[in-house]
Amino acid sequence: MAAARGKTQRRRTATHESFLRHGRFLFLRAALILCAAAITAYILQKPIPRPSGGTALGYVLGTIGALLIVWLALLGIRKRAITAGHYSLKAWVSAHVYLGLSLIVVATLHTGFQFGWNVHTLAYGLMLLVIVSGAIGVWAYATLPRTLSDNRGETTRKQMLAQIASLDEQILEAAQPLSRQNADIVRLSLEETDLGGGFWRRLLARYGDCANGQALSKIGGALRGASGPEAVALAKVEDLMQRKAEALALARRQMHITAMLEAWLFVHVPATFALLAALTAHIVSVFLYW
Amino acid sequence: MSEVVRIAIVGSGPSGLSAAAHAAAKGLSHVLLEKTDHLSDTIFRYQKGKHVMATPSQLVLRSDCDFAAGKRETILKQWNEDAAKAGVNVRYNSEVKAITGAKGDFTLTLANNDTVRAENVVLAIGTQGNPNLMRCEGAPLPHVQYQLDDPAEYIDEHIFVFGGGDAGIENALGLCADQAQGNVVTLVNRSADFARAKDANVKGIMQARDTGRMTILTETTPSLIETGWITVETPQGTARHKCDRIIARMGSNPPRKFVEAAGIAFTSDAPSAFPQLSPTFEGTAPGIYVIGALAGYPLIKHCMNQGHDVVEYICGATDLKPADEPILEAKLAHLPGKLSVADWLEFLRSRVEILYGLSSLQMREFLLDSEVKAFRKGEVIFERNGVGSSLFGIAQGSVLVEVDPKDPKITVPIPAGSIFGEVGLISGRRRGATIRAGEDCIVVEIPRTGALKLMAQVAEARETVNRITTERQILQIFKSGLTPADLAEVLPEAQTMEVKAGQPIMSEGDEGDDLFIIRSGSMIVEKMVGGKNVFLSYVPAGSYSGEMALLDGGRRTATVKAAIRSQVVRLPGEPFRRLLEKKPALLKRMREEVASRRKVNAFVEEQKDSFGGVVDMYSSVASFLIDQGLGEATDVLLIDESLCVGCDNCEKACADSHEGLSRLNREAGKTYAQIHVPTSCRHCEHPYCMTDCPPNAIQRGPDGEVFISDACIGCGNCQRNCPYDVIQMDKPPPEKPGLMAWMLFGMGPGPGEPDKAWREKQPKAKVEKGKVAIKCDMCIGKAGGPACVRACPTGAAIRVSPEEFLSVALLERG
Repeated sequence: MAAARGKTQRRRTATHESFLRHGRFLFLRAALILCAAAITAYILQKPIPRPSGGTALGYVLGTIGALLIVWLALLGIRKRAITAGHYSLKAWVSAHVYLGLSLIVVATLHTGFQFGWNVHTLAYGLMLLVIVSGAIGVWAYATLPRTLSDNRGETTRKQMLAQIASLDEQILEAAQPLSRQNADIVRLSLEETDLGGGFWRRLLARYGDCANGQALSKIGGALRGASGPEAVALAKVEDLMQRKAEALALARRQMHITAMLEAWLFVHVPATFALLAALTAHIVSVFLYW
Repeated sequence: MSEVVRIAIVGSGPSGLSAAAHAAAKGLSHVLLEKTDHLSDTIFRYQKGKHVMATPSQLVLRSDCDFAAGKRETILKQWNEDAAKAGVNVRYNSEVKAITGAKGDFTLTLANNDTVRAENVVLAIGTQGNPNLMRCEGAPLPHVQYQLDDPAEYIDEHIFVFGGGDAGIENALGLCADQAQGNVVTLVNRSADFARAKDANVKGIMQARDTGRMTILTETTPSLIETGWITVETPQGTARHKCDRIIARMGSNPPRKFVEAAGIAFTSDAPSAFPQLSPTFEGTAPGIYVIGALAGYPLIKHCMNQGHDVVEYICGATDLKPADEPILEAKLAHLPGKLSVADWLEFLRSRVEILYGLSSLQMREFLLDSEVKAFRKGEVIFERNGVGSSLFGIAQGSVLVEVDPKDPKITVPIPAGSIFGEVGLISGRRRGATIRAGEDCIVVEIPRTGALKLMAQVAEARETVNRITTERQILQIFKSGLTPADLAEVLPEAQTMEVKAGQPIMSEGDEGDDLFIIRSGSMIVEKMVGGKNVFLSYVPAGSYSGEMALLDGGRRTATVKAAIRSQVVRLPGEPFRRLLEKKPALLKRMREEVASRRKVNAFVEEQKDSFGGVVDMYSSVASFLIDQGLGEATDVLLIDESLCVGCDNCEKACADSHEGLSRLNREAGKTYAQIHVPTSCRHCEHPYCMTDCPPNAIQRGPDGEVFISDACIGCGNCQRNCPYDVIQMDKPPPEKPGLMAWMLFGMGPGPGEPDKAWREKQPKAKVEKGKVAIKCDMCIGKAGGPACVRACPTGAAIRVSPEEFLSVALLERG
């Protein structure tokens, strides 16, 4: 699109609508029309001997379904290919959600309700897995962002990490006068604390064994038996560890919510690749062994 | 003393001394009268050890005294030697009180009532004896001074230096040079940039600021001086600071009374006006010559040349060309008419309104920076959307403005004497219309920095530019076929006002029917509903306010106050109402506007009754956004955090659209009610970054995007000037493998800004590129528009302009 002298035809603004409401539910309407058309055709047809993928309507629905699956999978490329022309990733996502859901109707009618232990039903099952995981994703995207935003306030990821690092330095400084035994407790917090851990740990937010937490309770115990300068230093360390525990909790909550926002993708994306493979097997076998 | 000398020279500064030395060299009888007991008091009173510069560098020095850039002490010593060697007849402690008589026999009366008689008088007294004074409350207090002799005298003080010229800058630098002195130095400048100061000085203060030795306040004026404290008005509001000493270096004006008493007329009544002079420096009283700073020339080299030349003129030389003559001759050679340089200068000065206040000597310097161009009838001078920020003055002929991009036949003429292209001076926007020569014409093109300098130095030029821009802006706002003639009755009573952030221009319930035009900045409209201040609407620059009371009478229905520091023009109601009677089209337009504003008011009040919380939320979100700089933004990225999943695809898209560097930090920035303002350029109406860009690399694109061109030299001024921290200094990373190579084979770092580790592993480029300033350019030139918005999967990232976003739409969002 050449920018004519005097005026440019660039798109500058996007309407303030979520991906679910995009274009006043444009793609929801499109998906409903597709489903309604498929159901009507299914009811009206007089297939011999019975409804299946091999009838005329079966072919039509199968072709629509296969093309949709391939197109829906291309979202992964669209998202990452930042081209200069006009496109809206939000519109793509909106279409991806609603047309993806419409596959439940289109593909089920394509099967003619014939299921068995074969590659065809495997493809169907994988497709449902992709759709269900995607639906969980839609739920996550629609509900979790507020929690994510409220949790972090105006603190950035970098600041969270910097805060924990700074508290560690202060703890180290404050621990200098401590006895060997108590210093070992401090080392537990400084050296053994695992911020996030693996994906499952982040997703389930299981941090009961947190080294800082353990150290904090041990320091509490040590403080009760201490006196003099040792007690003063211990009290200071306890205070700092308490603050570190709060900072850790904030960062871990953030990682937990982020993990929840990502978890469904760990099913959705691999299942999509499996689906594409099964779909290819399904189509090839149908045409070879027909 | 009854002997009549050929030349009496008053003042022994660079120009007077040079004149005396030349007179001595020529063997003329002369006397050099100096008020103090040493030569060249102005230079003598420079700070100890000050480095004196020798600009303009292309000018040839023509004097019997030597001069090169160097330390104050070296230069004074050199001049003392030169004066002694030439045999200059100096009379110290001789302040001249009056000059009487006529050419051939003047009598100069000194302060001790001695008299000196001379055939000719050369006035070379400069302007330093007459500094501009502080005018705010508390200015007469003893800790306010207009001179700084030795910066080493002050220790452990909070010192405010006022003035954006070289004098102020050098004082401030001197005061903070030695950190052991422990001074806390603040330099205060009334305007946004330091157009009057030398480049090296500007660099010096920027460096001092970056290393934390000095604070710089621009666009700031003093409002109250108390012992130990000072209150200043900054663009962000009023601030009170600790202050033990104030050094005011806000320029100086000619000692007018003394000069006028000698019979010399001035070019105008303005306090900054200079004496009216012939090309041979002769004033309106024959036999009295004026040279140096008093003639409008503050630069030492010019002054010394003039000292030499004036003696030649007095001796009857007629063919003496000024030292800059060859440069100017070459500049003007291509013009039709074949006038002499002096005639061209006078031709331009007497015809272009903004140049009226210049002396012929100032004209010479001015022209060294500018270009004079001739255009044939119908030739295009510049095109709509062309890049350029220079100002044009029409010396002869007229030009036509193509106001309608669709039909080039619809034009508005601009007559000889006026200016055009002034929009670029203010906001750096591209040319708004194509301009053609209406007839054969001669125009003078002044580069943006030259025009700013002219406006800073010559008050009349500043006033003329302001008057013309105000008139044009009013015509543009009201459209409806208004012509300048229609405004003839309204404009003389118009009053330009500076409004501080938060200050109201009208208050709800007040009497008044004046109309306010917002020239720069922006306003917010608030109304008391149910005992609470409710935000009603946002009024951007280039719009007006106050029309309801004007049209319908009655009291003000809402409070209008400045969102940021703004400039408004107050048009009195009565003459404007008469204008409306004559112009039904304008009346209709304004009535429509009022109707739509009433609707908004009614809507807000209605909402208030049904669900008050929503209106509160609307008001508080609006004021949050105003605090985040939306008041001066033209286009800003917002993130609706109720939709943002934190995928950072906006940042990745930004990096992949711009040589691998993201100009946006999604996480950083303030959030309120799930609306997040990330750290990203707001494309201010009056960009701070643009105020001081040495290569003029920051420009505005056709869609209003402020971008940095390849001309960037990486000086970092823009980064320091940006109050929103959206400019970073960086160099583009090496090119990375394509998307498919990453997706299929895992090559390269993938989408987005590559991490440091990957960058460092790449082979170094043969020619290492330096760091340059990087900021959002709104994806200029990309048909799809800003990549951050396109690449957002959930619709959380939106770009808005404040007038669209701060509207009822926000209320409906709930």
